Amino acid sequence: MMTTAADGHGICHLSGEIDQHRAQRLTREIEEEINRNLPGVMELDFSAVTFMDSSGIALVLRSKGRMEEVGGRLYLSGLPRQAERVLRTAGIHRMVEIEK
Amino acid sequence: MKATNLAEITFLSRSANEGFARSAAACFAAQLDPTLDELGDIKTAVSEAVTNAIVHGYPNELGRVLLRLRTLPEQVLEITVRDWGVGISDVKKAREPMYTTGGVERSGMGFTIMESFTDTMKVRSTPGKGTTVTMRKKIAQRASAR
Repeated sequence: MMTTAADGHGICHLSGEIDQHRAQRLTREIEEEINRNLPGVMELDFSAVTFMDSSGIALVLRSKGRMEEVGGRLYLSGLPRQAERVLRTAGIHRMVEIEK
Repeated sequence: MKATNLAEITFLSRSANEGFARSAAACFAAQLDPTLDELGDIKTAVSEAVTNAIVHGYPNELGRVLLRLRTLPEQVLEITVRDWGVGISDVKKAREPMYTTGGVERSGMGFTIMESFTDTMKVRSTPGKGTTVTMRKKIAQRASAR
């Protein structure tokens, strides 16, 4: 699910449904990857995500916060329409970089 | 308003049932021939309401959650999520964006998203007795409807 290349670019391939049932564990795994490899940039790839509710907002914000604590940055890629709509409704697109 | 169809599902307040509730609502809504975007809206609204019932209605114990689905005239889907848990003492405050009593795992955006993804939302709650959230969404009649 997650890799960090030699140039410090980390990618996390998220998949399936991101809801309260799964989000806590996913957030912890992302934080562990950040702590282990200290990427300069973390890309959260949502292209295989089939559904996301507001639990995904907490996942994104916590991951962003952790990356900022270690001096890096985070961006989102491959957002499906439903997930992007949830993030935009919450105004998260103004706080987190989204790759088009 | 008189319903043209009705389904009720009761399940335990386990987080594994959040996906089940979403799928059940999507399956029921299929009779209204929604678009993929409308189905996404319905699943999201149900997910938020059911998650609230599980996380906030029953924080320390297992309880029942009721999902009631009705079709109303003119292609309206009505979704009701009810719990018999702790209830909300200040509904107005609870509906404020980003307000949460749920700690760092929660974003406090559940009610905002439910309101944005449906046409109307009503919240009734009594502390100690439970909470009922009722949402309605009109599904567009498509020209190619079967």
